[in-house]
Amino acid sequence: MTAVPDPGAAAARATDAILGDTLHGTARGIVVDSPPGAGKSTLVVRAALELAAAGRPLMVVAQTNAQVDDLVVRLAEKAPELPLGRLHSSDSDPYDKVLDGLDNVRKSAKAADLAGLDVVISTAAKWAHVKNVEPWGHAIVDEAYQMRSDALLAVAGLFERALFVGDPGQLDPFSIVGADQWAGLSYDPSASAVSTLLAHNPELPQHRLPVSWRLPASAAPLVSDAFYPYTPFRSGTDHGERRLSFGVPSDGSGPDRVLDEAAESGWGLLELPARHTPRTDPEAVRAVALVVRRLLDRGGAATSERGPEPVPVTAERVAVGTAHRDQAAAVRAALAELGVTGVAVDTANRLQGREFDVTVVLHPLSGRPDATAFHLETGRLCVLASRHRHACVVVCRAGVADLLDEHPSTEPVQLGVTVKFPDGWEANHAVLAHLSEHRVHWAP
Amino acid sequence: MSLISTLARLEAVDSGRAQPLATVRHRHLTDGPLVLVPLTTAGEAGAPLGALVGTDRAAPRLLAVAQPRDRDLRFAFLAELAEAVLPHIESYADVVEPAERSEVDPGTGKKVKVEVELCADAAQLIVPSRAGIDFVRLLGRSMRFRRTAEDDPDTPYPAPARVPLLGRWMTHYGERARVPGSSLLLAATDLLNRHWATGQSSLEDQHLGALLAWVDPPDGEPGAAAALRAELERDRDGQLVCPPAGPATDPAFDNRLLAPAIERYDRARAALAAAEDALDADTRLGELSGAEREIRSLLAGVLLPTWDAVWRGIDLLRELPEGTRAEDRWTRDRWSFTAHRDRVRAGEPPQPRRDDAVTAAQKLAARETAQAQLDAQEALDDPLVLAGRRLAGEAFIGEVTEVEMAYSESKRPSPRPLVTVRTDERPHLGERTKVYRSLDGRPQTAEFVGYATEDAGHAEPEGTVHLVLRITDRMGRSKEPAPGSVPEPGDRIAWTLFEHDQRGGPKLPDPEDTPWTHGGPPGAAGGGHAEQPDPVTAEDIL
Repeated sequence: MTAVPDPGAAAARATDAILGDTLHGTARGIVVDSPPGAGKSTLVVRAALELAAAGRPLMVVAQTNAQVDDLVVRLAEKAPELPLGRLHSSDSDPYDKVLDGLDNVRKSAKAADLAGLDVVISTAAKWAHVKNVEPWGHAIVDEAYQMRSDALLAVAGLFERALFVGDPGQLDPFSIVGADQWAGLSYDPSASAVSTLLAHNPELPQHRLPVSWRLPASAAPLVSDAFYPYTPFRSGTDHGERRLSFGVPSDGSGPDRVLDEAAESGWGLLELPARHTPRTDPEAVRAVALVVRRLLDRGGAATSERGPEPVPVTAERVAVGTAHRDQAAAVRAALAELGVTGVAVDTANRLQGREFDVTVVLHPLSGRPDATAFHLETGRLCVLASRHRHACVVVCRAGVADLLDEHPSTEPVQLGVTVKFPDGWEANHAVLAHLSEHRVHWAP
Repeated sequence: MSLISTLARLEAVDSGRAQPLATVRHRHLTDGPLVLVPLTTAGEAGAPLGALVGTDRAAPRLLAVAQPRDRDLRFAFLAELAEAVLPHIESYADVVEPAERSEVDPGTGKKVKVEVELCADAAQLIVPSRAGIDFVRLLGRSMRFRRTAEDDPDTPYPAPARVPLLGRWMTHYGERARVPGSSLLLAATDLLNRHWATGQSSLEDQHLGALLAWVDPPDGEPGAAAALRAELERDRDGQLVCPPAGPATDPAFDNRLLAPAIERYDRARAALAAAEDALDADTRLGELSGAEREIRSLLAGVLLPTWDAVWRGIDLLRELPEGTRAEDRWTRDRWSFTAHRDRVRAGEPPQPRRDDAVTAAQKLAARETAQAQLDAQEALDDPLVLAGRRLAGEAFIGEVTEVEMAYSESKRPSPRPLVTVRTDERPHLGERTKVYRSLDGRPQTAEFVGYATEDAGHAEPEGTVHLVLRITDRMGRSKEPAPGSVPEPGDRIAWTLFEHDQRGGPKLPDPEDTPWTHGGPPGAAGGGHAEQPDPVTAEDIL
């Protein structure tokens, strides 16, 4: 057995291989799978800069306006001289005002205005409306696993070769209407762009980023085992490199105890008594809000490899994740009542791609009488359990393990559709089994 | 399931009667829908057993297959079905009105208005249940690729003349039924479930008899008891009093009544074939037609209760006035009907077995648009549906308390009035969330600015909030807003957080320009294969 290489070296080797294929390879497409926090954005920025440096005109496709603006800012930081184009919609307020302060970024709602710039960046939805232009030689498609196949169909005519980057473990794209009719077809329009791409072009080189820089050593093994069993990754940091501490000692309440457990082990499960509840379970919502309130009140401070000094865990370094939008709204209201502002509260879909020091998660199955495909979706739990750099606290009603046992997956098997493994049922059990070691019972 | 439908179901359990989910009818019903109640043979995929079909509830036409495994009889059934259904469809095809459609001029690439025909009305088909819609689709699939003797004189076992055409129409109806809000092909259970909430599970709601028992229970009987009776009650012979709405039949019916009857029919047929002289044959022919009559009367017995139930459902729905915007959606159905009529007349081949990549993406995009549009239109048409959206924080009603004129900061300032709205509802508003109201039937947009600070002078009931909204459009081009385009204090206005209209998606490439990521153009080397009619297999000639 060879010695475990340094994570930085392993990641650098993977990145070099990807860039080599991108710049010198002959394949029309390259697929890069990236686990949570493995430096996907860094890779996209680096690939974009190297392609631009090689004089190859490049278009970048991201999925949301926030992602596009974020990429533009990162690129401008690295290369303040590089002429960038931000193609935006014609709505009011189409892009982040920060871009107005960047001299090298030209913004327009018309692709023709941006012709000739080294790099042009926009959302897939906007690119789909671009017609009658000279195709770009290269494209980078970011978050390609969250892009739907039909969205790729609309933009694929704009480029000749492309680098597809994304996280296969996160939420699959969805459709608000049934698409069973096309299940099993290689170009099922509701499937992810990558699955269509690979079904038609199985020979394309596929790479993988092996190290998560976001997830702490306490979280990477669990997330890797539960959600990426065949493509394991590891944490870029070791046990003890990240620490979470509090200025104010515990008052012995449930929220305080679970915070201490999470600070110690990286995980905490605040378990409320079993009960069937409406989606916006008032007790659980309040418990989530209380945990956040106490986390801020107790002066949480995070120490990491980024610096020797502890950094205060402020509201903007904390997120609350839920399954449904009404739950997020209820948590927001509860936080407002406790006087907490600035904490990101959102659904798994909207937290994708974001990073925080501490996350508080309302378990998707908490209080439910049934476990539907929506609540069991692997990606949902994976997103919620992989947003944090230090610790994750899950708030849940007791009895979810029994609920899972009563509701095995019953989705029909469709011919021609690759079976996702692990399925949500299995992944939920794996996460729950691990969380139960960090359980704090609490009856509010 | 939304909170309001959960509440309606709880109320239904409590009161023993289905509770309304809508105050208007959200699907268009034509004056003369064609009702089709099909039955299929157990254990034999796609083998029709019988059907009741017609536009007159007093005079259904009974079609039956005495031996479902006999392909000649099956074809005879399909030919008869074509004669029952196609004249109905065709009677709508020639009544047209002039309409305009914008098309891309192939020469200039510009959009131009073209005068075209639009069918003044379309043929509507109603089946009892969702499984019935699937069966229509299956029949369409099994018929549209058949060849008639006219298509190809050498084809073995040619299909009766109009069968492939019926297959194409049924395929079209089956596909159209997948478009949210469309009404060309409807299932009675879906119609009832859209408008009433019962006290049973949504699985049980697929049983037409049980569903009607909740919606319209017999005198004084609680819905739950009536529904249980509809599901389980059997007569002396062990037969269900309310047979399943099909196309599947009850096993007790299959085993005890149908199988013996088919066996007698088979024996009579064999006996006829073995008849030795004319007199003998005549007697045996009598026996054969007797056996056939028996099967027909058995099938009529299990079809008629469903037939009546479908019409009862239609009656109940007709009592509701039609929602204003349901007509809009019906116009789209008419366009779809007209377009298919034109394709058939132009001699285009039947719909392919599978959609190509571009067609699939187009259909998905169109259906997503239709779904969003349906959700918005239903809420705008119906205060009860809007109430559900309000309860979910996706809409709110409020009274305008103050209007302050303001202008945009630009070279030519345009009006951006600030409107304060008092409400006791809790919409999920974030900074700059857009809200919409209906102004003369068209949406006006405003954005959420913030919560107004409470006026200490007034004693407000607890829970009341003041929202400040900035109106951003539909006020005309001049500096002063057009009269009536800005709300006035005292107005009670419903605002929604969802858009009223849907933008269409981007234009997709033509199928022949399908990109490499999606396998290239259909039919190209490697990726595709041109659609051919089904090859004849050994199973076709048993």
